[in-house]
Amino acid sequence: MKNESALKDWTLIILFAAVVLTMPIWLKPLGANYPDLMQKFAIFGLFAIGFNILFGLTGYLSFGHAAFLGIGSYTAVWSFKLLTMNVLPAVIFAVVMAGIFAFLIGFVSLRRSGIYFSILTLAFAEMSFNMAYSVLTPITNGETGLQLSLKDPRILDNFQGEGIPITNLFGVKMSGMPGFYFCAAILIIGFFLSVRITRSPFGMMLRAIKSNQTRMAYTGFNTRPYLVWAFVISGMYAGMAGALMAVTDPLAGAERMQWTASGEVVLMTILGGAGTLIGPLIGAGIIKYFENIFSAFNEQTLNEVFGALPDTLQNIVVKIAGLFVGEGWHLLLGLMFLIVIIFLPGGIMEGFRRLGKLFRLSGRSA
Amino acid sequence: MATENIIFHVADVHKSFSGLHALSDIDLGVKEGETHAIIGPNGAGKSTLLNVCIGRLKPDQGTVTFDGTALTGKQPHEINQLGVVRVFQTPEIFPDLTLMQNVMVPCLSKRDGSFKLNFFRRMSAEKDIKELAESTLVDVGLGEQLYNDASSLSRGDKRRLELAMGLAQKPRLLLLDEPTAGMARHDTNKTIDLLNRIKAQGMTKVIIEHDMHVVFSLADRITVLAGGRIIAQGTPDEVKGDPKVREAYLGEEQE
Ligand SMILES: Nc1ncnc2c1ncn2[C@@H]1O[C@H](COP(=O)(O)OP(=O)(O)OP(=O)(O)O)[C@@H](O)[C@H]1O
Ligand SMILES: [Mg+2]
Repeated sequence: MKNESALKDWTLIILFAAVVLTMPIWLKPLGANYPDLMQKFAIFGLFAIGFNILFGLTGYLSFGHAAFLGIGSYTAVWSFKLLTMNVLPAVIFAVVMAGIFAFLIGFVSLRRSGIYFSILTLAFAEMSFNMAYSVLTPITNGETGLQLSLKDPRILDNFQGEGIPITNLFGVKMSGMPGFYFCAAILIIGFFLSVRITRSPFGMMLRAIKSNQTRMAYTGFNTRPYLVWAFVISGMYAGMAGALMAVTDPLAGAERMQWTASGEVVLMTILGGAGTLIGPLIGAGIIKYFENIFSAFNEQTLNEVFGALPDTLQNIVVKIAGLFVGEGWHLLLGLMFLIVIIFLPGGIMEGFRRLGKLFRLSGRSA
Repeated sequence: MATENIIFHVADVHKSFSGLHALSDIDLGVKEGETHAIIGPNGAGKSTLLNVCIGRLKPDQGTVTFDGTALTGKQPHEINQLGVVRVFQTPEIFPDLTLMQNVMVPCLSKRDGSFKLNFFRRMSAEKDIKELAESTLVDVGLGEQLYNDASSLSRGDKRRLELAMGLAQKPRLLLLDEPTAGMARHDTNKTIDLLNRIKAQGMTKVIIEHDMHVVFSLADRITVLAGGRIIAQGTPDEVKGDPKVREAYLGEEQE
């Protein structure tokens, strides 16, 4: 294609790496430069990039991707319990395990398309969630969640430390900033792969399937394996994201698989711009940033914010604003989502495109 | 009809839609390298016949064979991979892709088969595929708009794109469903030239057409369908002279 040369790809990836690795600097003015939150950006960014490979490219909307997030987390924690606190095996096992489950679920769900596909994925995810709480308790530790304990064998780590050890990458502790840089590195690799997939013949086939799936069959393509692979790849991204959650905080609970978590990644992708390379990341970043700010608000902080208003007015404003913060932050998220979808159906990326056009036009007339 | 060189064979095909006999007792043989036209009034069953050939519809009875392989019962993508390619009457394109991509997709199908997991290759490195797609688009007269979205094309241009998508696969048997409908006379003539050039390369074709000018400039043999039945079959001259054909179809169009 005209603008898909290898050079442009590399520029994009290097630029992307620079932006991600300098997050601690440019997020400072926003007060968001602490490791916990930046890790969240990276993890959910990865989740959304992977989800976009399925939804953005093929148009198949899965409502069950949180299942793979959960599977990734459980697998990683088991790797910490049984083998070693080194994060590398944990991440690899998690990706493989998520891939296997994605293959099984995808293979069945992709027998249908459209809304029936979505419902099937939702059903599978709900089944996984319920099983994690019931019959699979020996593996998932049910409601308590799977945690590390002193009695874990960890057969590859033969040193006897005091207390529960911390996850590490060949000795480098994965807490605080090193933890963030590890997640950032994986995000960059994940982004690189998604660029390659999008620009590959395989990626073009996925977009052609979205555009006119019937025509693909009459053009000589067996669309099933393309879709199954797209599903497996995006499931593996989700598994990777789940593993990173366990790397930064080694415990896994079934709530990670709940349908609300599946819905969240759908929102992120659409909010940012489905089918674009960076949109899903922006969506993930924005949702996690606002969640972080607004879910921390309570009546007291609101009263401080609106302290300058006359008392009666302050009470009313705080009451109303109170609906949208803290526990009610999802109400704000919904509102945000509505506004973007109504005015920018292509998500925030479409907003950027429109702005770009505007500038180019005014630049020309000037 | 001599049976030696017959590469495409429709034998005893019946198809009905809840009581409506869309096709009855269809027998048809096409020789290698030949251009066979199917004509007939609206609703005669022409498109239905092609649908049966490419696996979109299952016949109630009968078989379709190409080069000794039965097409009936095969999946559409398997039929395409055998080299039997259809150009649709109502354009079936990829509206969200560029013209180049629309044509590169069938090129890749021809080269890589029905599935290939090449997600680490760059599309921009597929020089051969790009060249083939570009030259095919130039051939059908769309060379000016290579990187436009297909959805932006006019109806006539969509048909040309549709034709390019079929030609790019260099099929062994090309099934064309009214390739020139809706085109201006000038463009129709260009399309005829294009199809005659392909014929020189030895491609076997079945063409459905309303335009008698097109039919008589391209066809070696003609089958006339009416009401789902074959009412005449033969060379253009034989068909022209057939009184049944004049009555059912050609009617006033002749002189
Ligand atoms: N899927 C279908 N279901 C029911 N009836 C159908 C279907 N497809 C075609 N028919 C009917 O079968 C008959 C033959 O249709 P067909 O499209 O093959 O005609 P045609 O010869 O291609 O006509 P035209 O010249 O208008 O393209 C018509 O009466 C049509 O209504
Ligand atoms: Mg027709």
